[in-house]
Amino acid sequence: MKNNYWRSNLKILSILLSIWFIVSFGFGIILSDFLDQFQIGGFKLGFWFAQQGSIYFFVLLTFIYIFLMNKLDQKYKDNNEEDH
Amino acid sequence: MDTQILTYIFVGVSFALYIGIAIWSRASSTNEFYIAGKGVHPIANGMATAADWMSAASFISMAGLIAFLGKDGSVYLMGWTGGYVLLALLLAPYLRKFGQYTVPDFIGTRYYSNAARLVAVVCLIFVSFTYVAGQMRGVGIVFSRFLEVDINLGVIIGMCIVFFYAVLGGMKGITYTQVAQYCVLIFAYLVPAIFISILMTGNPIPQLGFGDTLLNSDIYLLDKLDKVTTELGFNAYTENTKSNIDIFCITAALMFGTAGLPHVIVRFFTVPKVSDARKSAGYALIFIAILYSTAPAVSAFARMNFIDSVQEVQYKEAPNWFKNWENIGLIAWTDKNDDEIIQYSSGNALEGVKPIFNNGRGASGQRLLNNKPDSTNSNEIYIDKDIMVLANPEIAQLPGWVIALVAAGALAAALSTAAGLLLVISTSVSHDLLKKTFMPQITEKQELFYARCSAAAAILIAGLFGIYPPGFVAQVVAFAFGLAAATIFPALLMGIFYKRLNKEGAGMLSGLIITSAYIINFKFINAHLNSADNWFLGISPEGFGFIGMIVNFVIALIVSNFFSKPPNNIYSMVDKIRQP
Repeated sequence: MKNNYWRSNLKILSILLSIWFIVSFGFGIILSDFLDQFQIGGFKLGFWFAQQGSIYFFVLLTFIYIFLMNKLDQKYKDNNEEDH
Repeated sequence: MDTQILTYIFVGVSFALYIGIAIWSRASSTNEFYIAGKGVHPIANGMATAADWMSAASFISMAGLIAFLGKDGSVYLMGWTGGYVLLALLLAPYLRKFGQYTVPDFIGTRYYSNAARLVAVVCLIFVSFTYVAGQMRGVGIVFSRFLEVDINLGVIIGMCIVFFYAVLGGMKGITYTQVAQYCVLIFAYLVPAIFISILMTGNPIPQLGFGDTLLNSDIYLLDKLDKVTTELGFNAYTENTKSNIDIFCITAALMFGTAGLPHVIVRFFTVPKVSDARKSAGYALIFIAILYSTAPAVSAFARMNFIDSVQEVQYKEAPNWFKNWENIGLIAWTDKNDDEIIQYSSGNALEGVKPIFNNGRGASGQRLLNNKPDSTNSNEIYIDKDIMVLANPEIAQLPGWVIALVAAGALAAALSTAAGLLLVISTSVSHDLLKKTFMPQITEKQELFYARCSAAAAILIAGLFGIYPPGFVAQVVAFAFGLAAATIFPALLMGIFYKRLNKEGAGMLSGLIITSAYIINFKFINAHLNSADNWFLGISPEGFGFIGMIVNFVIALIVSNFFSKPPNNIYSMVDKIRQP
């Protein structure tokens, strides 16, 4: 049971951190010049990811993490002692 | 009312508020002094973390840096926010579960070694003092420009305030003051940004405004900025000048460094439960993101406004803010072609870059300089990037109360960070050095006494840094992040995620040595070689912490397999912190 909890945790982490890497290092840096050919409003897309988009994704990812982990905690609650 | 009187009122009222909170929430036990009795609500803790994190550098310097760096400046935006994702996902919940007082506590226990604890304490003290020095300079600038008191007096006033609530209140006092400081600083950051956004683009949301068209025209602000900057001989604002690999490494070093900063990590020890640690990391990131997503808009507006208001303007007609900052010595003008008109373009205005003023005044009334003008280009302006955020409301001709508000906000940012850092320093001295290493027999009361003494001592040292600013502050900031990334972060991460790692493998020393060697080489010993041609793989010293971190990981994995496994109680400890 314990190991299942840890494994699900690692799975959540690896998915979220992959997105974290893609939006910042991927879209904001490596692919940034390529994405600059697309435009949203006055922003070139690569520039937008580097200075705005990555930050919004970071916030979003953290809250998805909180949500998923709370759900996971609920599921395994019976097996854990409460920590106060 | 006069701007200066307004500034005195705003700063005075905010200081009174901080002191009031400190008296209301003073600490009476080590538990309260170190971690606020674990009773802080996640939202309050999120605000406190945000104020703790957003320093004079974020509030005063960052937007100015980005204004002149353009897209290269993104490293700060991504680096200083992305680190929070790592912190929230990889460290905060587990370290909270571990449930001790300090970061060296975790490292010392997990690697069952007092030597590891000591290395962690050394890294922590180094990183924290580097940071404090920067805060005190920020306090000095604000006081001397807006309250027209001597810089030294300004630093001393700042020290007294911090002394009062850090020594009295410990973590508990600091936490609730930081909540107030967050509110002050974010309000002070947003108000001028919104004003300027409306003035320039008609859009009240700065985050959208700087991607909008200029008022009464159909040209996008960023396109105009690209055009103007290239015409003046700069790189286009929205294009990189640094190589991708360098940007990658600097961003990574800042991110991993952020996640390894002890004064931020320790904030997550103050909440009641593990799930609260996750939640407060999330709230902290929102509160930080509000400022960090506004900053690039402020940068773009500031660059545009700055060029508009000085380029090809007669010095005699130059706006007041220009002359005020010149009087402080953070702007200089050298009339290269003797036409009494200000010309701004790329390149250094002066030989030796930084202005050295003498007491004379030139034909137009400008301050005269001892430096020769740099004759290789036609730029006549020297400007310290640190002033952009502070000068921005004046450049945009906003009302006096906005300027006063910005002064109060900048002080809130500097003081809140300084207090957090000083607390971490004092805790690591009283708890890690004295109680856990050298004087284990002291009682809780004595420990609390020593904690207060070391907080007081740390404030004095920080104040000295502010009054006699060491010239190397800017250089060592890279060092602070590099070291946090190369030492503290890997030790914490592997401590949680790699059970097999034993004390021999806890490779903090390898990260410490390689990163320090590279940075010291290029910043101090061979500063003249500090250019892309000589760098390892084209990575600047600012980004080398990332390489140091990778070296640390690799060495730790190899070395730990040559030595015996950690004892069983460590295995069960790691198992325990992995459960919520």
